[in-house]
Amino acid sequence: MSGPALSGTRSDKAAPARPELIDAVPVRHPGRWAGAVIIFIVAALLVQSLVTNQNFRWDTVGTYLLDVLVIQGIGWTLLLTVLSMVIAIVLAILLAFMRQSDNPLFRYVSWVWVWFFRGTPVYTQLVFWGLIAVLYPKIALGVPFGPELFSFSTQDVINAFIAAVLGLGLNESAYLAEIFRAGLKSVDTGQMEAAEALGMRKSKIMWRIILPQAMRVIVPPTGNETIGMLKTTSLVLAVPFTLDLTFVTNGIANRSYLPIPLLIVAAIWYLVITSVLMVGQYFIERHYGKGVDNLIPAPVKATQAVTAAHTTPATTADEGGHV
Amino acid sequence: MSTPMNETVAAVKTGEPLVRIEDVHKFFGTHHVLRGIDMTVREGEVSVIIGPSGSGKSTLLRCVNMLETISAGRIRVRDDLIGFRDVNGRLHHLPAKDIAAQRREIGMVFQRFNLFPHRTALQNIIEAPTQVKRQSKAAARAKAMELLDRVGLAEKADYYPAQLSGGQQQRVAIARALAMEPELMLFDEPTSALDPELVGDVLNVMKDLAQSGMTMIVVTHEIGFAREVGDTLTFMDAGVVVESGDPREVMANPQHARTREFLSRVL
Repeated sequence: MSGPALSGTRSDKAAPARPELIDAVPVRHPGRWAGAVIIFIVAALLVQSLVTNQNFRWDTVGTYLLDVLVIQGIGWTLLLTVLSMVIAIVLAILLAFMRQSDNPLFRYVSWVWVWFFRGTPVYTQLVFWGLIAVLYPKIALGVPFGPELFSFSTQDVINAFIAAVLGLGLNESAYLAEIFRAGLKSVDTGQMEAAEALGMRKSKIMWRIILPQAMRVIVPPTGNETIGMLKTTSLVLAVPFTLDLTFVTNGIANRSYLPIPLLIVAAIWYLVITSVLMVGQYFIERHYGKGVDNLIPAPVKATQAVTAAHTTPATTADEGGHV
Repeated sequence: MSTPMNETVAAVKTGEPLVRIEDVHKFFGTHHVLRGIDMTVREGEVSVIIGPSGSGKSTLLRCVNMLETISAGRIRVRDDLIGFRDVNGRLHHLPAKDIAAQRREIGMVFQRFNLFPHRTALQNIIEAPTQVKRQSKAAARAKAMELLDRVGLAEKADYYPAQLSGGQQQRVAIARALAMEPELMLFDEPTSALDPELVGDVLNVMKDLAQSGMTMIVVTHEIGFAREVGDTLTFMDAGVVVESGDPREVMANPQHARTREFLSRVL
């Protein structure tokens, strides 16, 4: 139905004489060409040195790139990254909501949390979590000053891996809380008012109206933090947790006296994982950009066909024209 | 809706008072914005409030659905005290749950539309019915399509707000408020942010709504709308009601110098 109508208007518009289109000579950019030549020469020299410099030991890189220990190290590094980011994101949403709460106690607790976990080095925190069993050999749940319900040995529950995840996650939550807070603040106050005027409750407004819009602002820096976390996991030797990619490749390097090729192995894998994370971020950003960043000119969906069928031609004339 | 509207409207005009605003004051810090407002809006009445900016007319409107909390006085919609509960003469603030329940009966349309940008027109309209009134998606959609049709935008159901003109966005916003089936509609300068040629479409929708018997409080600068559609015209200045009455009479024969001065500038 819209096909013939469209071509109809086009032929109507084609009726007046077609204007002579401008065919101007473009501005030349000799500087760009000079720059390109320089960059090409530098790149060629770099590649040449990579290939010819025997100290890189590419054969060793090849040997260890898919080594079982290295692959396991990648697995542990990914697990550390994902788990600590999940903990951090959940806590950060909670902290950001608390910070915006009407309850002054929530606001204060949130502030103190961020102050503490952002204000001490992550390395210190990781060492601390590694030593938690020294500080509290036994964790028990019971009535304060009353009977004990159950208890367990701290060392059994908070092993090196859990300690590493807690250390990384809690530290990161403080940074992410600020990112989430900034995101929530970026949403126009009119959104809150409109939702309130419809009779929606605060929690629902936060989850369904404010947070989805804030995610547009939150996702890019959170992607940044995730990539940062991937590399920060190399600090877990402070706990000490010794199965992650950096520790494993360092171990191989120390045993084989070949530090450089194993650093390259680690660097390649960190780059690969970062690249995959960036692809994921692209899709997440696209999802939350719906309605704002990536507007398709005219959506065609089932509802349109339905309404086209029952809309009477007498309805108010359309103002037309998209913004 | 469009049948013998003159009789219908005339009949409901004499209806029960729906909104009773009694000696309402509002302070923002030390700034005394509303200085003892008294006002009654009857069922089916279109009450238009005009006045210079800073006169407190938007604040008054926002007090009616608790977007602002009054400092003194009482606002009643039907028999509900807005925002408070009277326990043996002592006022208690209502908990958030009850305030939300009161707001469900009161639709509001904003100057800046405030549509949810991450939702399509249709999704904007079904949000509150499905989330607040727990209607089924299918029922809410059907009702939403009816409302979109009513505001002349049925074919825009799947468009995002950014793809609509200001006038279209405002009509979607009106449909969104109507989807909750409120007994009272508040309009806070609904056409002030629009290009002049888009104002008419929004006013037509409001006129249609008025003729259907909806009780409306409209803060506006559209004097023509006030004269044509309004049942009462209230002129506010510096936080007080200067003058109130039949719109045609107030405009033709303003009793106060301030009203005369204001009207001479906008007419």
